[in-house]
Amino acid sequence: MSTLATPQKPWAKRPIDRARELAIVLFAGFFSFAFVAVTEMKGKLAYALIFFIAYALLSATFAFISRGAPAAKDAVVSTFVSLGAVLTVLPMLSILFTVIKNGLPGLHLGLLNHDMSMATPTDPIATGGILHAVTGTLTLVALALIMSVPIGILTALYLTEVKGKFAGPIRFLVQAMSGVPSIVAGLFILSAVLYPITKGYSALMGSLALTILMIPTIARTSEEVLLLIPNDLREAGTALGGTQWRTVAMIVLPAARSGLMTAVILGVARIAGETAPILLLTGGGDKVNPNPFNGSVGSIPYYIWKSFNAGSPEAITRAWAGLLVLMVLVFILFIAARSLSSRKISK
Amino acid sequence: MTTSAVQIPEPREITTEPRLSDKVFRGVVTTGGLSSLVVLGLIALFLAYRGFEVIKQEGLGFITHAEWSITLDESANVVDSKFGLSAMLVGTILCSIVAVIIAVPISVFSALFLNFYAPAWMKRILVAIVDMMAAFPSILFGIWGFLVLMPSVEYWAKLINKYLGWIPLFEVKPYFFTRSPFVAGVVLAIMIIPIITSVSREVFAQAPLDRIQAAFALGATRWAMIKAVVIPYGRSGVVGGAMLGLGRAMGETVAVYTVLNIVFQVNWHVLLGAGGNVASLIILKFGEASAYEIKALMAAGLVLFFLTLSVNAIANFIVKRTGKSGR
Amino acid sequence: MIQTPESEKTMSSTTPSSLASVAQAKPERNGTNSAQGTGLETRGIHAWFGKNHVLSDINLDFTAGSVTALIGPSGCGKSTFIRTINRMHEFIPGAAMAGEVLLDGKDVYAPGVDVTKIRLQIGMVFQKPNPFPSMTIGENVLSGLKLAQLKVDNKDDLLEECLVRAGLWTEVKDRLNTHGGSLSGGQQQRLCIARALAVRPQVLLMDEPCSALDPGSTLRIEDTIRELSDTMTIVIVTHNMQQAARVSDYTAFFLSDGGPGEMIEVARTSEIFSQPKDQRTENYVTGRFG
Repeated sequence: MSTLATPQKPWAKRPIDRARELAIVLFAGFFSFAFVAVTEMKGKLAYALIFFIAYALLSATFAFISRGAPAAKDAVVSTFVSLGAVLTVLPMLSILFTVIKNGLPGLHLGLLNHDMSMATPTDPIATGGILHAVTGTLTLVALALIMSVPIGILTALYLTEVKGKFAGPIRFLVQAMSGVPSIVAGLFILSAVLYPITKGYSALMGSLALTILMIPTIARTSEEVLLLIPNDLREAGTALGGTQWRTVAMIVLPAARSGLMTAVILGVARIAGETAPILLLTGGGDKVNPNPFNGSVGSIPYYIWKSFNAGSPEAITRAWAGLLVLMVLVFILFIAARSLSSRKISK
Repeated sequence: MTTSAVQIPEPREITTEPRLSDKVFRGVVTTGGLSSLVVLGLIALFLAYRGFEVIKQEGLGFITHAEWSITLDESANVVDSKFGLSAMLVGTILCSIVAVIIAVPISVFSALFLNFYAPAWMKRILVAIVDMMAAFPSILFGIWGFLVLMPSVEYWAKLINKYLGWIPLFEVKPYFFTRSPFVAGVVLAIMIIPIITSVSREVFAQAPLDRIQAAFALGATRWAMIKAVVIPYGRSGVVGGAMLGLGRAMGETVAVYTVLNIVFQVNWHVLLGAGGNVASLIILKFGEASAYEIKALMAAGLVLFFLTLSVNAIANFIVKRTGKSGR
Repeated sequence: MIQTPESEKTMSSTTPSSLASVAQAKPERNGTNSAQGTGLETRGIHAWFGKNHVLSDINLDFTAGSVTALIGPSGCGKSTFIRTINRMHEFIPGAAMAGEVLLDGKDVYAPGVDVTKIRLQIGMVFQKPNPFPSMTIGENVLSGLKLAQLKVDNKDDLLEECLVRAGLWTEVKDRLNTHGGSLSGGQQQRLCIARALAVRPQVLLMDEPCSALDPGSTLRIEDTIRELSDTMTIVIVTHNMQQAARVSDYTAFFLSDGGPGEMIEVARTSEIFSQPKDQRTENYVTGRFG
């Protein structure tokens, strides 16, 4: 065996290819500046547009000279495809940037241990805080979790373990439920529970609506996770004489544990910033409300909404700070979900 | 072996009597599973029950008239009321169609980029970003859209009006661009791009490798391969994803409310700063609504519910059909 | 079709002498001048998947106008080897290679070579029949022209010619506008061969083209291979030694003893099956392992 050979990748881009690409990018950039300077077009949009057109044309010309018409077409499409990816990611970067830039000035030491009962959104930033909103959101999420996790996981179990005769329709209905607009969920709780029964705002009302929005996320993600559990495990359980109930409880669910956690976290991420039903059902108080079953309760989205609509510079800064807190929350939940789901299904 | 003499027996019926614990288990799980059916049924039932009075009084006018007004006397009795959703429905459809038209090409391109162009490390990062964007709360998009995006979009709208204003759709009279359906459509597009991108990405990723290789082995460039194999395979999946996005766009409330100027007049001119939206109407009117107007809002919710339900049902049907035909 | 089970039965009782006699039953050929080009050579081909060295130092000359069979146990690098020839190897993430593949004396891996042109000259037929389901039978045959944007004067003639050469014309000539999915597995594979022929490659690589097919279809495809080899260079990977004996002029034996796959021996097919030089080749062709 000759050991002198070293692995090579003749198909990889060579320095000269990269240099040519860089040259095209630079030239397209230069051209866009020149073009915008000469013509009456202006703005970032013009630069970007001319840049992409110039880049597409230049790379297509090179491709055409060296490899013919199909390659030229390929080069144009590559430009557009990359443009699509850029346009997908750009808003995200802009959102991150503006929320951090505008939200940071709104942060202060007392933010997390004061509420707004003694302050209005238009007061100076240093007064008041979002304690009421954070506790309110935690209450809403906790109540929604208590209701939606059992229902969501039972639905997933029905679809994967029992596989009853309603499995098809239920899978369809869960899909349909995930498309229910949040405002409709809010109106439903308003009409079915708040008006006829409790007749007052409370955290419970809000979390009932959030439960409706959360169930489909949990059910669908859990179903996917449970489908990944190999059938051998179930058969092993049954072959050992276990009943279905014991097989599910002692083998299937533990095996799917981290996946189910992911499902729950994704459900929380889905509802943590939900605003529309909260506006209808919780009243949005400015004070920490320890009673989840009675009285209006604040929450982060409601706080953002209130501050944003108050309109003064201080209030807008408060809204950005609230958005920053909310975004960090969603970010943490999301990282947690991903790190859990990237783990292999284990015991 | 003589086959004629063999009597083929009837297949035996295999029955198992589940143990009691399993019966309980199955019962509990089935009950849980049926909850989605119950919830959806109850939503329709209660909204219809609350809104019945208004729908009965307005009749078909509830979806064909544009006016939304109520007059109360001093003791809060209804003197006169007129509830029509046509302006709101037209606005809802206009905004969401603008959103889908903008979002679909971008999403399809970025899904293609993720599957066939991006190196592995870039793909991992971009997929995480796209998934995370799908989880961003709508109020974030709304406020960002209002404070950051809207000025740029208005500028683009003016450009479109300047060069394409002769098309009736892009007419703007009076010259007023602020908070138009176009602005709302752009914000909605940014919200649904992650959804359509991830559906398309999953569909494209299932395009059979052997056909992809066959195309390359025949001397296809990357784009020729995509056109011959991936697009025919993923077409209906993308349509399904677009419909899911459309459903989401139609039901979106807070983001649209922040960037849309709600006017009770049917307006088909996308760039004109006068729009409508059923979901935003509910938020707009809810705060000061009288008991009777609340009923009208419930009826509006019912209409929205059925609208999004049918769009989603069609979307699911299309996506499912793709999966079955295996193409 | 009727004699198929019979012939399969006799051949499945593997003895070296029966394989050798099958191999010798063909007319002896050295490759003919009617084939286009001067041929295909590989020089010191190595292949890696990530850190895994899967193929070591393959030097093999393929005579124009002949069929070369690559045999050997699973995992010995045969398929990887032919995929380095038409540059399909590089689609696998982490793949790397070393050495040269010379087509008419020119390295297909040379800088600046247009890889799509290479793949037009070196066609490939895959293990599983993979016609494009969105296209009709006729469109499938001509799909290579469309994919590479080639112009051709008379499409109908080319269509007929390719289908005739692939042995499928009589079966499909009345339904060229129906979709390829309605064909049987064997017909689909011949459709894929016709598709590969339409761009007029010099070399046709076949990666276990019959392993997913029934014996009758296999024989039809083997006939097709024999006929095609008059005008082009064919390289066929097969697990089936009878098939190698039936269709090939030359046979190369590949083996991996835990390390990277190596080529143990290459010779005329009749020699490989009657008097192999290497003991390991003999052990394999007599069915002692593999």
